[in-house]
Amino acid sequence: MPGTLDLDFFRWDVVAPFVAKGLGYSVWLTIVATLGGICFGTVLALVRLLGKPALERPVAIYVNIMRSVPLVMVLLWFFLIIPFVTGRPVGAEMSAIVTFVAFEAAYFSEIVRAGIQAIARGQFNAGFALGMTYGQNMRFVVLPQAFRNMLPVFLTQVVILFQDTSLVYAIGAYDLLKGFETVGKNVGRPVEAYLLAAVVYFLVCMALSTAVRLVQKRVQIIR
Amino acid sequence: MSQMKPMIEMRDVSKWYGTVQVLDRCSLSIAKGEVVVVCGPSGSGKSTLIKTINALEAIQKGAIHIDGTHVNSPRTNLPKLRSRVGMVFQHFELFPHLSVTDNLTLAQTKVLGRSFDEARTRGLKMLARVGLLAHKDKYPGTLSGGQQQRVAIARALSMDPVVMLFDEPTSALDPEMVGEVLDVMTALADDGMTMMCVTHEMGFASRVGSRIVFMDVGGRILEDCTRDEFFGNPTARQPRTKDFLSKIIQH
Amino acid sequence: MALDWSVFCKETTTGDLIADCFGSRGDQTYLNWILSAWSWTLTVSLGALLVALIVGVAVGTLRTLPDRPWLASLGAAWVELFRDIPLLVQIFLWYFVIPDAFPLLKKCSPALLVIVAIGLFTSARIAEQVRAGIRSLSRGQRHAALALGLTTAQTYRHVLLPMALRIIIPPLTSEAMNVVKNSSVAFAVSITELTFFARQAGEETAAPIQMYLAATVLYGLTAFGVNRLMHVIERRARIPGFGSAGAAAVH
Repeated sequence: MPGTLDLDFFRWDVVAPFVAKGLGYSVWLTIVATLGGICFGTVLALVRLLGKPALERPVAIYVNIMRSVPLVMVLLWFFLIIPFVTGRPVGAEMSAIVTFVAFEAAYFSEIVRAGIQAIARGQFNAGFALGMTYGQNMRFVVLPQAFRNMLPVFLTQVVILFQDTSLVYAIGAYDLLKGFETVGKNVGRPVEAYLLAAVVYFLVCMALSTAVRLVQKRVQIIR
Repeated sequence: MSQMKPMIEMRDVSKWYGTVQVLDRCSLSIAKGEVVVVCGPSGSGKSTLIKTINALEAIQKGAIHIDGTHVNSPRTNLPKLRSRVGMVFQHFELFPHLSVTDNLTLAQTKVLGRSFDEARTRGLKMLARVGLLAHKDKYPGTLSGGQQQRVAIARALSMDPVVMLFDEPTSALDPEMVGEVLDVMTALADDGMTMMCVTHEMGFASRVGSRIVFMDVGGRILEDCTRDEFFGNPTARQPRTKDFLSKIIQH
Repeated sequence: MALDWSVFCKETTTGDLIADCFGSRGDQTYLNWILSAWSWTLTVSLGALLVALIVGVAVGTLRTLPDRPWLASLGAAWVELFRDIPLLVQIFLWYFVIPDAFPLLKKCSPALLVIVAIGLFTSARIAEQVRAGIRSLSRGQRHAALALGLTTAQTYRHVLLPMALRIIIPPLTSEAMNVVKNSSVAFAVSITELTFFARQAGEETAAPIQMYLAATVLYGLTAFGVNRLMHVIERRARIPGFGSAGAAAVH
């Protein structure tokens, strides 16, 4: 019967166990990739801003590659290569975490780099004039300001990240989308399952992006 | 034939932006061939007033008629009406991606339905009239402010308007270029064009204007009298007007 | 670690090595296959980009109409809808869910559905950029066009959009490159593009590194090509007197 939906399917007890497992992984992946991505991304950005071409070149190449290659290909690459590097087989879930941290680091490094460069030179000079070292300057003067300015952009990137986690489909990891797909196959209702997946993603992402807009307004007022 | 229908007629026009009133029961009548200069301090609503005439700004109360056509009626064909009213803006507003010739012909072909050759001939004739025929293939970005404004005047004239509206045409120009634009406007007035100008240029007003209208903060018309009366009889003027004139004439 | 590149000369069904690597009369080497996969990537990318530009410009324009707030809200809802659902999920919707509701779509080729899916996903982002571009133009440009008698549609077509599109060429270039990367998600519904090839061929030949490497290089080449193409477009659209941004003097 094309065109009709079996709403019986939308029963929490049917759907919950599979979806919960998938949602847990998607959220976990998003959090780890965000924190790891920001940490490594900041390091990469700082290295690029040091002004030493020998260090800057490899970082630039890394960032450009990560930004030019489709995420699905990067997932496939890491899933292939990691077992060679560690010498042991690696699960799709673990591989995806490493991939996302490495991938997001490139994107976050560009955001952080832009944020640091947007801080006026004068701030930097003021820190030096007070006798601070480069490291202290960064830690106490520049980075705190840069991070606060870049907060809305960071959060937008997190929303994109959460959506991108669905791509672990390529290596068979069990995320939110896979959870819905599994339910759909088990009860023989793939159409309703994909539709429900779309609705859930939409609600979550819309809530997140509304939160981002509110943060944006507040950051502007503070300045 | 003594009583001729006015070219522009505004009756009790009022406008609010939210709770702030920017035009307060303005009434004004401009006959064919008259040159009316509107002056006043900033915040007096003079730019808003002139923009209500061709419905670029909406009004909440009152009525405006151009050559008998009711501007604010929902049944009025606004594009057709606007094609008969020429407007020149403070910031010139030439279309930067089009050459001077294309700026002149765009509305003629799209609005008046003229053929491209007809539009080009007419446009270049107007361009010559403002003294810039040599620049017909240039782009606005390469012209000076004074040249851009003269092209803008030619663009409006190409539509063969019945009345020309000028919204502070020289306010954004460097001083040495103000003269060339005022010369074009003076020639237009001498040729009998009906004109309404919002401007600070009192010299122009006293030489070319047939009537002066003074507006005050809050959107009210305080004075509406002939040029000779305005400049020649200062004691009869309102206190705010005298105040304004003394500040202007100092420069 | 030397890689055996001759695997590309293997025939896909029998595994035989074929001289000069191109199969004929029904035989197909992996080299044939990767080139065909590349053409699919290009087809999906270009098709999606076309859909995205047409829909994106339309929606972005709708969001800037000053006197139709409900259309603007509709546009905002459209953008929100297509930005808050992951691309892979959207592709599944078009491939599984929507044909179930509209059986007519079951006759469409999967490639067409994927092009629509990626196109609409990208259109939301392009709509935002078009909206930003139009809003960066001064209000005077719109007023000048309307004052000449151009209708709203003519104003957008001849004055606002030509400038806005020039202004947003840099973000449009990023979007075009994103579309190429996003075409990889089509593998999930068995479109035989580069990612599908990489997975499948990698498994079949047990030489995944060569396959992945070749696919990655081709993705890189395609992105580079798109970048150069946009650069050419940007140069040809440049306006004299304006520098590369095209917005320098538009106040």
